[in-house]
Amino acid sequence: MYVAVKGGEQAIDNAHRLLAAKRRGDPALPDLDVAQIDGQLALAVARVMAEGSLYDRSLAALAIKQARGDLIEAIFLVRAFRTTLPRFGACEPVDTGAMAVERRVSATFKDLPGGQVLGPTFDYTHRLIDFALAAGFAPPPPAEAEPEADGAMPRVTDLLGEEDLIERETADDRPPADLTREPLSFPAERDIRLQNLARGDEGFLLGLGYSTQRGFGRTHPFVGEVRFGAVELDFVPEELGFPVPLGTIEVTECQMVNQFAGSAERPPQFTRGYGLVFGQSERKAMSMALVDRALRAREFGEDVVAPAQDEEFVLSHSDNVQATGFVEHLKLPHYVDFQAELELVRRLRAEHAAREADGRPHYEEAAE
Amino acid sequence: MALCAGATAAELAAALDGLGPIAAHEELRAPEPGLVMVRGRMGGDGRPFNLGEATVTRAVVRLATGETGFAYQLGRDRDKARRAALLDALAQIRPAAVSAALAPIRNRIEAERDVARRRTAATRVNFFTLQRGEDT
Repeated sequence: MYVAVKGGEQAIDNAHRLLAAKRRGDPALPDLDVAQIDGQLALAVARVMAEGSLYDRSLAALAIKQARGDLIEAIFLVRAFRTTLPRFGACEPVDTGAMAVERRVSATFKDLPGGQVLGPTFDYTHRLIDFALAAGFAPPPPAEAEPEADGAMPRVTDLLGEEDLIERETADDRPPADLTREPLSFPAERDIRLQNLARGDEGFLLGLGYSTQRGFGRTHPFVGEVRFGAVELDFVPEELGFPVPLGTIEVTECQMVNQFAGSAERPPQFTRGYGLVFGQSERKAMSMALVDRALRAREFGEDVVAPAQDEEFVLSHSDNVQATGFVEHLKLPHYVDFQAELELVRRLRAEHAAREADGRPHYEEAAE
Repeated sequence: MALCAGATAAELAAALDGLGPIAAHEELRAPEPGLVMVRGRMGGDGRPFNLGEATVTRAVVRLATGETGFAYQLGRDRDKARRAALLDALAQIRPAAVSAALAPIRNRIEAERDVARRRTAATRVNFFTLQRGEDT
């Protein structure tokens, strides 16, 4: 019997009022300002922009406040917000070679044009809790030095490219497919895969990238380069017909250099994996580059044996908004489904008990 | 246009104030927030792919004298977009005055970029060679 029920409206309203009070916290303490979140929790803001797939610092900061610091909830809010706005069009592809670099390191070349620039990094810190931060001490002003006259920082892959030691990308300008407009289908081309990975969950991609290092689809990676900084966005509005500078956004780029592919026609060459994400997030950019390379297995004739090489597995499970929706929906009322299961298990138990009483064996049925 | 994109709404208001009484104008397109798709290239130099979207606000104004000014800029600040469009229109009739009014913004952005470059340069690694094994 199916009985439709409704109720709980008052409880839901009151739950949300309680949530708002909990979010505010102790009223004796100052309210958290969105600009403070943007400035002081900048890497959380970066993650929400990257996985929310929307570059807007103050919006992401507000979403973090609204979500009480639950970043996946904040990402969900940002994804919902973007559906309310019209799309004016697509920008010209960003030129990461012209980036105003704040950080750039290479694990493959010590001396490269532009040098190794550490920028604001947790690397080489001792990971000791700094109690001075709790005491509110102001940090010393950052050191300054004269920048190089020629500030050019060519991409590492261009250096290897000169000797043809590394595969070259082909820059044909077909408009890329867009998974916000077309549902995912398989096999997926690399443009779709990269879009999916760029908005994919950092933890999921980190785990997959790590699995390739541990032997599940090994690709022998080196970090050719990681760079972080600001790039210009140019957009050609239809009514103007020429590029308009929209402003700058910060991105992190990772060029992963992997072991060789070659053939009877072509001498061995390094292969490549690529990561590009909004904001400062090396962990995400590096994981993305590892998984991008693993997903190119088919292209290089490698056996698809590991989860990170299986594009359907990776692309279908990388989106944390989809994942959390499906996992968390389990806590919503399933009274009717569960009632059906209860009826079934009661009937099975009754049949079992009847067989026991008759002294009949029941393994025959169990073997079916 | 790049200058206006990097400015704050308050800076653009100050620039307009500096230009004296503003010529009569109308909004052809009221400031409207929307999205643009940001693209990257595979490997930095290969085929384009969609990286994610960014918020953009656009506005169009027309002066009574006929000049049309456009603004397309990152973010959701409607006032800033309206002021930028007006400055774009005014730049067509009073280019020198508008350029002078925007000079403080240019100077502020350049000063900030310079400090950022100097701070970054201070984190550049200078390798030095330790005593080599065969020399000992």
